[in-house]
Amino acid sequence: MVALSRRKTERLLNLVVCLLATRRYLTAEQIRRAVPGYPDSGEAFKRMFERDKEELRELGVPLEVGSEEETGEIGYRIPPQDYELPEIHLTPDETAVLGLAARVWRRAALAEAASGALLKLRAAGIETSETDSLGIEPRVDTEEPAFPALWEAVKNRYPVAFDYQGVGRTAATRRHVRPWGVVSRRGRWYLVGYDTDRQDTRVFRLSRIVGEVAADGPPGSVTVPEGVDIRRLAFERMETPAEARSATVRLRAGAAQGLRRWATDVRPDGPGWDTARLSFHEAERFAPYLARFGADVVVLDPPDLRDAVIQRLKSVLAGHDRGEARGDAG
Amino acid sequence: MSRHTTSSDRLARLLALVPYVVSRDSVALDEAAAAFGITEKQLIDDLNLLWCVELRAPDPYCPIDLSYEGGEITVSEAESIARPLRLKADEAGALLVALRMLAEIGDPRDRDALSRVIAKLENAAGEGAAAVSSQMSVQVDSAGEMSARVRDAIARGRRLHLTYYVPGRDENTERDVDPMRLLVVDGQAYLEGWCRRAEGVRLFRLDRIVELTVLDVPAEVPAEARPRDVRAGRLFHPSPDDIEVAFELTPAGRWVADHYPCESVEELGEGRLRVVLRTPDPRWVRGLALRLGDQGRIVGPPELAEAVRADAARALAQYEAASA
Repeated sequence: MVALSRRKTERLLNLVVCLLATRRYLTAEQIRRAVPGYPDSGEAFKRMFERDKEELRELGVPLEVGSEEETGEIGYRIPPQDYELPEIHLTPDETAVLGLAARVWRRAALAEAASGALLKLRAAGIETSETDSLGIEPRVDTEEPAFPALWEAVKNRYPVAFDYQGVGRTAATRRHVRPWGVVSRRGRWYLVGYDTDRQDTRVFRLSRIVGEVAADGPPGSVTVPEGVDIRRLAFERMETPAEARSATVRLRAGAAQGLRRWATDVRPDGPGWDTARLSFHEAERFAPYLARFGADVVVLDPPDLRDAVIQRLKSVLAGHDRGEARGDAG
Repeated sequence: MSRHTTSSDRLARLLALVPYVVSRDSVALDEAAAAFGITEKQLIDDLNLLWCVELRAPDPYCPIDLSYEGGEITVSEAESIARPLRLKADEAGALLVALRMLAEIGDPRDRDALSRVIAKLENAAGEGAAAVSSQMSVQVDSAGEMSARVRDAIARGRRLHLTYYVPGRDENTERDVDPMRLLVVDGQAYLEGWCRRAEGVRLFRLDRIVELTVLDVPAEVPAEARPRDVRAGRLFHPSPDDIEVAFELTPAGRWVADHYPCESVEELGEGRLRVVLRTPDPRWVRGLALRLGDQGRIVGPPELAEAVRADAARALAQYEAASA
């Protein structure tokens, strides 16, 4: 097995060197004669050569197919200008941040790609190391099971289909998406794309994808529209578009530190209490955040925010009714 | 790294090895082996393989000539593989996405170097490969000035005094910390350091530092202080003292499972979930239950469910008192 793979590596290496050295397109037959390691039999050679071409393409070797005018026969070559990494020179501070960047993916799906890139850059004469510390340690995780399949689909531009369990939905539904990109925020990954059933741009959270992501069309069939900014699409709709409003709240003295960090106009209001002003956008979204502080916060104004907090507290009370909370605590 | 090695991995290495030596004129065997992450024996095997490259037609010749006599590799004939292969789309993408993420941390000391290296890499990668990198993005909550001050203190070996907000307890705490490094994980920046109050290594999220003072005292990180292995799973490890809390969530409350690491997640049908969270701090869980409202409830332990009920009742009583 080892010997076999060594022979194959040797043959592929010979093939690359041969096709780089030629200006003319070499026919399969010419290649068979020039490159040691190919069998004489036509069928066996053909199969092996097909597999070799595929391996070179996967490695990123630009294999050009064409024909010489006088013969018209199909041949192959590797144009050096397409093969070679352009000249790149980095200053020491640039190589230091590059090493740091390669470390970002160390335990993620792109780790191999990052070290492959670093290998080539080192080969171009750049002295970079993944161990420079700079006092900073960055890490990105891609642990979501759907990540590898979606990144492949994004890179190779094919549509996908998957089951998706949205928040607030009682069951997962099958979605068909043209993927435009993947984005991460606060450690969570999102897919941005065009939902062909809904006929609109949609954002999907990877953690809500159930089961496998299936290819749903041929590679190259997805085109990302000009000017699409996947981050804007992903996060702008999460941001609250509403106008900022002002709330007046009472805070128990010495408590609700989390709110005091953002509060303005904090002033004493009778024994044991302060009043403060807080800015918010939507009452329904802000109420849970205030409810979290329990009896340390009382909303005075506006009434819709006050009602929203009261409603929330009442439903907590109902949900934790003594009769219901027992029994299934396992 | 226990990555499986295939013949194409090896081919990639062989194609990089010649230009690696060519661009440096000569390289010691041990140095080259270290750079490629292989043993000297493997390296010599690679060199022999390169030296054996042979083309038969029209006339047989060996296009690569090299030597490693005396432990120094030199390449006298490299022909067409004297330059490395171009970056593949995902190789360029991996570096560009990471560099843009680092730029977002917003530390002025790296800003220039980052934008220069991004431009050079985009140029070297070519249009196609650079385009793929715009299809992936990692956002980091900018902690610009704070991260610069923390890194400065790390570089100068200074002790820090922090006023730090602990959300679980809803408290501002005061402590002296000997900084070790800045971690950027899950899009958030943390100071890792020896907390003199807790006498242990602790993480401090930069956006929860209310005030930071660089003290005129050298940092003394004790020898037993071990930095977290950021390559190993979760950043926060459960402790044996943690409590386990079970929640039942409605479809609208499913976000809890996305947001917090759960010990277990169980589908209850109709989009409802049962999740178990571990936490060192029951107060934090009570806060979560109050936030959830009708989106979910604590089903165990019963004392905690009762405590949440009491929290809600006390809070409501204040509204009743105020309107009465």
